[in-house]
Amino acid sequence: MDFGFLFHNIIELTITGLALGAIYALVALGYTMVYGVLQLINFAHSEVFMYGTFAVAWVVVFFHGTTSATQSLGSSLGILGAALVAAMVLSAAIALLLERVAYRPLIKKGAPKLIALISAIGASFSLAEIMGLRDKIAGWVGLQDDLSAYVSKARDLYSSPIDVQPQNLFPVGNYQVTDVDLLVIGAALAMMVALDQFVRRTRFGRGIRAVAQDPESAALMGVNSTRVVQLTFLIGGLMAGVAATLYMIRIGSTRQNAGFILGVKAFTAAVLGGIGNLRGALIGGLLLGVVENYGSAVFGSQWKDVVAFVLLVLILLVRPSGLLGEALGKARA
Amino acid sequence: MIRSTLVRALAVTAALGLSVTACGTTNNGTTSGSKSTAGAACGKNLAFLGAETGDAGALGLNMVGGIKLALDEYNKKHSSCKIGLKEFDSQGSPDKAPALATQVVNDSSIIGLVGPGFSGESLATGKTFFEAGLPSISPSATNVTITQQGWTTWHRVIGNDDAQGKADATYLTSTGGAKKVYVVDDAQDYSKGLATVVKTALGASAAGSDEIQVGQTDMSAVVTKVKSSGADAVFYGGYYTEAGLLVKQLRQAGWKGTFMSGDGAEDPAFVKAAGASAANGAVLSAPAAPAPADFNSKYKAVNSADAGLYSTQAYDAANIFLGALDAGKSTPEDINKFIGSYTGTGASGPISFDAKGDVTATTIYAYMVKNGALDTANPTPIK
Amino acid sequence: MSAGNRALEALATTWDDAKGRYQAMPRPARLALVVVFALFFYALPLLRPPIITTTQIDFGGVLFSAAAFALVALGLNIVIGYAGLLDLGYVGFYACGAYTTGVLTSYHWHWPFFLALPLAIAVTMLTGVILGAPTLRVRGDYLAIVTLGFGEIIRLIVTNVQWLGAASGIKDIPHPNSIGPNPEGPFGQRGIFSIPHLSWNGLVPLIDNNRPTTFLTFGALDAVPYYWLVLTVMILALLGDRLIKASRVGRAWEATREDEDAAELMGVPTFRYKLLAFAMGAAIGGLSGSLFASGQGGYINPQSFPLLLSMLFVAAVIVGGSGNRWGAIFGGVLVAYLPERFRAINDYRLLLFGMALTALAIWRPEGLIPPRRVRRVKQVEAEIEELEGGAVDA
Repeated sequence: MDFGFLFHNIIELTITGLALGAIYALVALGYTMVYGVLQLINFAHSEVFMYGTFAVAWVVVFFHGTTSATQSLGSSLGILGAALVAAMVLSAAIALLLERVAYRPLIKKGAPKLIALISAIGASFSLAEIMGLRDKIAGWVGLQDDLSAYVSKARDLYSSPIDVQPQNLFPVGNYQVTDVDLLVIGAALAMMVALDQFVRRTRFGRGIRAVAQDPESAALMGVNSTRVVQLTFLIGGLMAGVAATLYMIRIGSTRQNAGFILGVKAFTAAVLGGIGNLRGALIGGLLLGVVENYGSAVFGSQWKDVVAFVLLVLILLVRPSGLLGEALGKARA
Repeated sequence: MIRSTLVRALAVTAALGLSVTACGTTNNGTTSGSKSTAGAACGKNLAFLGAETGDAGALGLNMVGGIKLALDEYNKKHSSCKIGLKEFDSQGSPDKAPALATQVVNDSSIIGLVGPGFSGESLATGKTFFEAGLPSISPSATNVTITQQGWTTWHRVIGNDDAQGKADATYLTSTGGAKKVYVVDDAQDYSKGLATVVKTALGASAAGSDEIQVGQTDMSAVVTKVKSSGADAVFYGGYYTEAGLLVKQLRQAGWKGTFMSGDGAEDPAFVKAAGASAANGAVLSAPAAPAPADFNSKYKAVNSADAGLYSTQAYDAANIFLGALDAGKSTPEDINKFIGSYTGTGASGPISFDAKGDVTATTIYAYMVKNGALDTANPTPIK
Repeated sequence: MSAGNRALEALATTWDDAKGRYQAMPRPARLALVVVFALFFYALPLLRPPIITTTQIDFGGVLFSAAAFALVALGLNIVIGYAGLLDLGYVGFYACGAYTTGVLTSYHWHWPFFLALPLAIAVTMLTGVILGAPTLRVRGDYLAIVTLGFGEIIRLIVTNVQWLGAASGIKDIPHPNSIGPNPEGPFGQRGIFSIPHLSWNGLVPLIDNNRPTTFLTFGALDAVPYYWLVLTVMILALLGDRLIKASRVGRAWEATREDEDAAELMGVPTFRYKLLAFAMGAAIGGLSGSLFASGQGGYINPQSFPLLLSMLFVAAVIVGGSGNRWGAIFGGVLVAYLPERFRAINDYRLLLFGMALTALAIWRPEGLIPPRRVRRVKQVEAEIEELEGGAVDA
């Protein structure tokens, strides 16, 4: 147990932990919104994120080709902007598809939540496998050669050819904060603020809160709950697209099961912060990222997940509704 | 009534069963003596047991490709007495392997096994093959403990982790000139085994160690530990995905030391995971010499894909079995004895086996990443 | 109702009819039928019927894993189906049983298997209680994520703690004690007598004397005796399950599952019974894990207990019919058997499994063989819907 190491490097571990946690937070927003409105664990949200990461890589390959290049963040902004748009679009599309195929029939029937979870698990496997079989699927329509830069070796790691090299901006303590760090943390904060304002100020946001609070009364008041549910999934997908872009900037590679572990962590973060609570998702995500780093520092990286889950259990025991506790439906003045 | 129908149905089935068993028995009999003509082995099969689908499927397919190349060459020379291949996909997990092993040993057309592919499967099935007396040669399972189990039918054509780890430690401290080496692994059997050997061999030069998990993508804590330890070299035990991500994040953080890893990372995909500039200068060791120049073209002609890691080993393993057939051996016992006394040079280097089943001579080669590509043709042998 | 649903309804009513007839028969006839039924399953790996037998992987081995899966499903059915607790970390109990057995019989001590088995069950039950005590107070959905976390924690502990074998796992786990002379090498005398298998030429069975199953040798070559052992244990577990479900414990579980607050108000100590359900489920999970550990390979490592397996367990129970012990068994067998039967389409296995899960959840959410109670409710709902001329859309 190396506490000395932790204290000596606490700034570096905290900032990199926040950057890691920001991505958790953005994905957690998707989980928390769907849960807030439908009380459903959208198990397949991890695949929504994963498709976003592939969209980023594909766009980069499309515009840049497959030759490897190392560039700074500034010079990659154009291509990354296009990638961001593509990721948001694809993730949102997958999210809407998911809602239509895997959830809507069950919501209409009023099926128990457990069944919706099974449907989600099945959808999660299916989506991940479709990505892992894309070379074969392309083969069915005879396109595997034309699209080989995008689909070949489907189960292998798929990397974005542009390697974003972070530039040091300014030091905090003995750690040099980089532009990528700022981008990631800033983006998560900005997205959360935007989403919070959307939910609180706009008509659509009121609809979401209404359905979250009481679906039947909301319907009686003229809120189209199907549209609201679609909107919820759409927003979750857009957030996941942003997360996917930031992830690809930081990590640079993805594969068809990249969403799985991250999804579990993000869901843990959502529960940690208070499921159904948007700010809770942000706090939970950032906290989880930092705790993982601290846990790695003190106990060794092999224990970092154990630390994260133990933290979750402890918080749930002491405060069963999560850190911030409030649900999406509770009106705030 | 359901009841009488059920009873009637049962009675009919029982009667059918009894009457029909009188029809005959299949009794393949034991192969008596040893027919010294290779004709006794015609139409038989080699078996392959390993991961053909799933995340590690690419490696299994490399091995199958090597076997197919060997069989293709053999069958061309023996067009009246061909040998086939039966593949058993374990998906890389040791859970299904015992049932597959039973299937293999119950198939009397199988004369030998090239495999199992991974160490976990080997440990789970070694006893089954040993009790059945079926000889096996693994092209890729490198765990040291497998050959310590007393399974005289088990062999491998690849050096084990002991040899590789010691060579790697030597390389880092002498050729690499490193004073402090930080060792990381991904807590898997192969990875931890290799990393432990390296750490022990490094002795005082080991600056610290950490274990990540497979599938982990954010290495920030490890990077902080490496930088803080003042290490000028990192050894990573594990596979190319995490190795590439680790070296990428190390370089992003401004660390300038030497990065080394073992045969699990010795793959062009390492460069893709790391990005060309981060991968440059990395050293990847493997207990295999580069394939002979024409190997890849021959491989491609048979398999329509490039050869990969373990293709040459599988090719050599299959050829040893085929050599036994050429020498007139056809019973499992004779084939096993042939393997034990085999000496030759294959596409992966010189091969002969010691009493436990390990290859006697292993040279570990260091492959460098230069100019954004893994140089697979000119490695340096580590003395 | 769609054609598929109608077919399944017909299946369910036939099942009900059969059960009714069965219960109407005199005792000795019932016993005889049960014995014949059980004997058929014992004989299955020897009979090797044509379409069911797997061709690319040993049928005995597949039956062994199907039976082990069915046993796990039976245990999980107690937790999810009877008590209504969503447990996404059941693989933790499975691993606990397996590792306790491994440690006791091979890694640190050398107990014989049948002595280690009860201790493995006890340790796993204790783990279940330790896990349940703090977490059963939280809400249902949170329970899911907490149990998922615990399953992962157990896996990480066995991966990283050297005392439990760490990444290398535990090998040389001894097999259960054989009856008859011990096998010495491939051709030594084994067992008391041999039972040949049947092999089929089209529809004609032939007796195959190659590699018969010896009675009763637990070796590394033949999976059939292991299958018999699991089958026997499963029959015992079934009997225990019947007893407990029909008792006040079973009724308390039903009350807790349907409406916990109402049950509490009526005087049912819900927390205690939930903990009992957890412990019983854990015990069966540990039992199955223990049998898995001393199976044919005699080798366990952390790779065998991934999160995916927990998902498969839950899917098996739900697909089969949560709350119905036969449904759970059927689901378990289906989930373990189908991927092995259709190995040819290995690449697409997981995709087909995922699509099947979603399709089943949408069209037949109560599972393939749901408990009678659920079917009655559905019938009533269907009747009401007919009377009202279409459901009111919320």
